[in-house]
Amino acid sequence: MSEPLHRPPRRTPLYDRHAALGARLVPFAGYEMPVQYPTGILTEHNWTRQHAGLFDVSHMGQCFIVGPDFETTAHAMESIVPADVLGLAPQQQRYSQLLAEGGGILDDLMITRAAYAGYEGWLYVVVNAARKEHDYAHIAKGLPDGVTLKPGEAMSLLALQGPEAEAVLAALAPGARDIRFMHYAALKISGMDVHVSRSGYTGEDGFELSVFDKDAGTLWDLLLQDPRVKPIGLGARDSLRLEAGLCLYGHDMDETTSPVEANLLWSISKRRRSDGGFTGATRVQNEIMGGPSRLRVGIKPEGKLPAREGSVIQNVAGRAIGKVTSGGFGPTVNGPVAMGYVDKAHAAPGTPLYLIVRDKAIAATVCKLPFVPNRFKR
Amino acid sequence: MSVKYTEEHEWISVAGDVATVGITVHAAEQLGDVVFVDLPAVGKVVEKGKEAAVVESVKAASEVYAPIDGEIVDVNKAIVDEPSLVNSDPEGGAWFMKIRIANKSQLDGMMDAAGYATFVGK
Repeated sequence: MSEPLHRPPRRTPLYDRHAALGARLVPFAGYEMPVQYPTGILTEHNWTRQHAGLFDVSHMGQCFIVGPDFETTAHAMESIVPADVLGLAPQQQRYSQLLAEGGGILDDLMITRAAYAGYEGWLYVVVNAARKEHDYAHIAKGLPDGVTLKPGEAMSLLALQGPEAEAVLAALAPGARDIRFMHYAALKISGMDVHVSRSGYTGEDGFELSVFDKDAGTLWDLLLQDPRVKPIGLGARDSLRLEAGLCLYGHDMDETTSPVEANLLWSISKRRRSDGGFTGATRVQNEIMGGPSRLRVGIKPEGKLPAREGSVIQNVAGRAIGKVTSGGFGPTVNGPVAMGYVDKAHAAPGTPLYLIVRDKAIAATVCKLPFVPNRFKR
Repeated sequence: MSVKYTEEHEWISVAGDVATVGITVHAAEQLGDVVFVDLPAVGKVVEKGKEAAVVESVKAASEVYAPIDGEIVDVNKAIVDEPSLVNSDPEGGAWFMKIRIANKSQLDGMMDAAGYATFVGK
């Protein structure tokens, strides 16, 4: 089903607050979202790495997969995603992908096992904003009778990221300290029900806070009252995730790339690799056996010139071997950083390459990801 | 010495037959944090409306067009070493290049400060 082109952009419940803070609001995935606040992307990026950044990510899709009990729901979900869903402990969260029949990536997502009394058969799922309608239809189509997809209603999502995020959140809800990486807890913050997971998209320790729309503004204001917290826009979110080596759907992966090529094999457990049984498994298993023809790698350009998405990657002999899929200036690295796909022969860290930027060949090297060490609290 | 402005958001300050060229405060604000500047070689002959320099912000690359025909006689190395000057002092210390003007008539019809302010809606 195609959307009418004239549909006006949607606004999150925090729109008026972004505008009042002086944000530059741009259309993104069908929403008007803050790309930056007046201090700018560099300052916001550095603040998040040093203190705590607050992001409005309410445009993302939150939904529930609902079945009679955990095993039934997890088993159903395992036919759709390659992750080990049955192995999730209560309150645990896992990263995975939605795959097409041919094994190409349709989106990436987070899957959490609920542990609320009476909701044991529920999984909480977060997908990308631009893909949510598509994803919901794709998942619903793959579910058996008795298991259904329930879109989240009137739910906002905030992210609090950075080395001071724990102290900030614990000041409001001491239980935040006890949440382990890739787990959640149901916390009360000033009487509001907040579903808090220890995860994020910056490479820093931090949390994602799912809250009802009616409470989103109060929670946002409460967090911003802490002097360690500043609002951060989508611009810095992009430079932070790039330095952290994290994929952006539609750029670093799409329906032409498989999870093996995208270097996401770590997200597929041994059992699932050998047993398969998920949509797209044939390609994934073939690529595990034979090796993929190309791989997503980190690329460090020499000098200061950023190589953007689309820049052709050449080997030292001048033959095109791939393209940059994300590239820009990494404020923490204090230089250009990029990711892209190269043929398998050129994927080893240390391999010299050239990136073609405005007809100039820029020397670069394949490097390990992330560019900035992750500081997750494990 | 008068300062003129173009619709491509450059300023031009003319002294004798040499024009000093930079980008406007408005352009610098729109770009955001500048992290890289690529300037033409001294001696290069540039043509009005063609790319002469490149500025890169965290988000994107943008071309800076030559506002007039002429020859590059000097470039501002300071903004190459310290690109953030383009944000902090765009219409002062962060000039981009000096062009020996080939055709002064190309200056006619450019905006003055008041005209440019109206153009950008301020």
